[in-house]
Order: sequence, then C-alpha cells, then structure tokens
Amino acid sequence: MLDYNFLAPVGRFVLALFAEIGRLSLFLKNALLHIALPPYYWRLVLEQMMRIGYNSLPVVGLTAFFTGGVLALQIYIGGSRFNAESIVASIVALGITRELGPVIAGLMVTGRVSAAIAAELGTMRVTEQIDALVTLSTNPFKYLVAPRIIAGVLCMPILVAIADIIGIFGGYIVGTRTLGFNSAAYIKNTVDFIEFSDVFSGLVKAAVFGFLITLMGAYHGFHSQGGAQGVGRATTNAVVSASILILAANYTLTSLIFTS
Amino acid sequence: MAPDIHIQLSEVHKRFGANVVLDGLSVDVERGRSLVVIGGSGTGKSVMLKCILGLLTPESGEIFVNGEDVLKSGTAAREAMLTKFGMLFQGAALFDSLTVWENVAFGLIQGRKLARGEAHDIALEKLAQVGLGGDVAGLRPAELSGGMQKRVGLARAIATDPEVIFFDEPTTGLDPIMADVINDLIVDCVQRIGATAVSITHDLASARKIADKVAMIHKGKIIWYGDVGEIDDSGNPYVDQFINGRADGPIKMDILRA
Repeated sequence: MLDYNFLAPVGRFVLALFAEIGRLSLFLKNALLHIALPPYYWRLVLEQMMRIGYNSLPVVGLTAFFTGGVLALQIYIGGSRFNAESIVASIVALGITRELGPVIAGLMVTGRVSAAIAAELGTMRVTEQIDALVTLSTNPFKYLVAPRIIAGVLCMPILVAIADIIGIFGGYIVGTRTLGFNSAAYIKNTVDFIEFSDVFSGLVKAAVFGFLITLMGAYHGFHSQGGAQGVGRATTNAVVSASILILAANYTLTSLIFTS
Repeated sequence: MAPDIHIQLSEVHKRFGANVVLDGLSVDVERGRSLVVIGGSGTGKSVMLKCILGLLTPESGEIFVNGEDVLKSGTAAREAMLTKFGMLFQGAALFDSLTVWENVAFGLIQGRKLARGEAHDIALEKLAQVGLGGDVAGLRPAELSGGMQKRVGLARAIATDPEVIFFDEPTTGLDPIMADVINDLIVDCVQRIGATAVSITHDLASARKIADKVAMIHKGKIIWYGDVGEIDDSGNPYVDQFINGRADGPIKMDILRA
C-alpha cells in the first residue's frame, strides 16, 4: 500500500520559497531604507570601494582582455564565411560594451566579492559580532550592509568601463597581430561604429549587477547560521544566486533597452 | 520599601518552530543589583537576554525597562534604550577588523559620537581597569588569548558606563584561575559604575561570586529565585540537583539509551 503524501514535499517547497521571498523582501526594504537615511559611513564606503572595485581590477582586466581576444578570433572565423572579415573591429566593440563587458565583469566580481561579503558577514553573524553591533548602538544595516551595496553600485560601472577598454584592446591586439588587420583601420572601425548608447547601456547593467552582487552577499551572510558549515553554505548560496540573478537581469535589461 | 525594579519580564513566550524556548518566563531585576540566571544548556538563558535587547522578538509577554514596555516602543526609543546597555558576549564577539582599542571605543565613537582622540583615551583607561596595558591597544583581537579577549570584551561592555550590563557565560572556556580573574573584574566593574547586572551561567563558582540574587531557569520558566546565600538550602529539588551536579533527579536529560 502506497501511503506517501506526494503533496507534502510540494507544500514544503512552496512554503519555504515564500518564507525566503518574504525574508529577502524585508532585508531589501531595510537595506534601501538605511542606504537612503543618514547617518552615512563614508569612510566605510570608501574602504569597501577599495576592496570591491580596486582589488577586482586585475581579475576583471585579465578576463576582459582574453574575452576581447577570443571574440576577435571567433568573429573573424564567422565573418570570413560571408566575406565580411572587416566587421571584426565593430562587432568586438559592440559585443564587449553591450554584453560581455558587464556580464564577464559581473560574474568575476560575484566570485570575488559576493563570496567574500557572505563569508565575512556570515562569520560575524555566527560569532555574535552582528549582535554586538546592536548592543553598541550601531545599526548593522547601516554599518555593514549599506556601505557594501553603495560601493558595489558605484564601483561596477567604473570596473566595466575599464573592462570595455581592455576588452576592445584585447580584440585590437589579436586583430592586428594575428589576423593581420591594419592598426589605423581597426581603430577607425571601432570608433566609427560604437555609439554612446552601447556603452551607456552596459554601464547601467553594471550598476544593477553591482547591486545584486553585494545584496546577495550581504543577505546570505546576514542570515547564515550554524557555525562553519553555515558560513560555507551562505557563501555558496550568495555566489550561485548572484550569478543567476545577473544573467536573468541581463536578459531583462537587454530586452528593455531593445524595446525602448 | 518595595525594591526598585529596573528590568521586568512578564510571561514571555518565545519559540523557534515547534521548539518552545521561553514558556511564560517572568523575572524581576532590581536596580543596582546583580542577578545571575543559572540553568542547563538549552534552557533559554541566552534567548532571554536577546529578547530584552530586542535581538529576538517574543511571541507574547511584556518586557519593561525602567517601567517602559520595550516590545511596544519604536525603533528610535529602542536604540536610545540600548545606549544604556552593555553586553559581554560568550565568545567576546570582538570585531576582528578593528584593533583592540577601536573595539573598546566602538560604542563611544559610533553611539556617543565622541572624537577618536577622546575615545582613545577612555578606551585605554577602561583597558587598564581590566588589567590590560597600552601595549595591547594596537593589536588585533586574533592576536590575543581567550582570557585577554574576554577582558577586552568586558572593557568594551563598560566603556560607555552603561546602566545595565549583561554577561553571557562570562567564564565559559577559561581556565579556573582566569575565570576567577574575570569574576573579580566583573564585580569590580559593576560596583564601580553602579550598574544593574544580569549574568547567565552554568558555572556555580562564578554565580556565587558575582550574584546578589540567583534565578534558576528550567524549560523556559524561572523555577526558583532567591538570594545567593540561599542556594545551598533552597529546598528546591531542581536547584539541589543542579548545584550538586547530579545526573539523577527531577531534571531529566534527553539522552536516548540503548
């Protein structure tokens, strides 16, 4: 006799899902409230900008360079099938600024920053340091969450702008050294085809990604429980959820930008 | 004369899921006295402190501080109340991104808005009070031993001269000598600033030393309350079992036996 209530796990899943959505909404509300209201901890924002932005430069720069290079190779191969090799420079510039710059930088920064924030806040949670903040009349949202999110939103566009330049430069190096393009022609093709809106849309995406990266890191760290294992789980969840949200938001933003 | 009640908990209920932690807990804390709450692990001692501080919200009941129901007061009133509280956490809970003196001065700089220089001087003074010299002030908490971290935590808890100080298992994890040093410091610091103290512990040597009043908590309720001198002949079988550390008695441990 099969005595298994197959609705029970469905119900459990739905309840857990709604509980999580509710918790995240409350966290988001508190975070936004404390970003908007004084006092502001500018020194902490600056400190976080160094950690989130400046320290991410090497990894973002390297990945952008290789992405630009590989893009030039692939577009050359694809373009040569239609006798349209000359399109390489402009498509590299478009691809990097509109799409790959923000997404690659976003995912790399997720790996570095979302994980670091979740681990740091998670450890502070399980060692009662967050409770200690409250007893010392300091709001943890103001002191821990807000500076990280502000720094993320401010830093990501700057990082992506730099990634754009390095990525296009990577394409230029491959284009002129390997594929035999004329240097002046490559630069002309890049500059002539790229529009302000290409770059701008990428930077808007970057700011949104910066928000998602820091929000997910802070949220999962803040709600971690159960010692070292809990912190590990929080770190994993932060990276996975931030990565998925970035790709989902990327699609949504791209379709919004296309239709508007 | 009726005792001056500083903190009053009345019929406080708190549960986590199906697990009832506080089951109608009521207790009074007199102003300027030291209450020690004893009880086994997992009986709701920490949860009680966290409910008073507002780190946890009980399902029902009332918590009065200076006659005001803190569960009904808004965020601003609660934050104002917390400026008069200090707490020593079980693991000291020092901020490991800051130096020792910045930890001690944290409440002064963030809460009281003191200038860093002024806060630094007070921090050194408080560190001296717990027997730590200026040489440790610039170190990171991770560079200190467990006993020293506890002392820094104590200095941080008393830095703003709070009206109420909570001690969460102040001697747990320390050797007996260091535990006694901490006990002496607690008594000294609390008396010096005339604060009301609430400690939770299962260390009876510590309880005897720092308590004026003792309350025993069991299954989320206060089952005995009295002067510290009375605990040896309380006539309460639960208290007797606890202070004598016997496995047999009315308190049953949930241990599955084969």
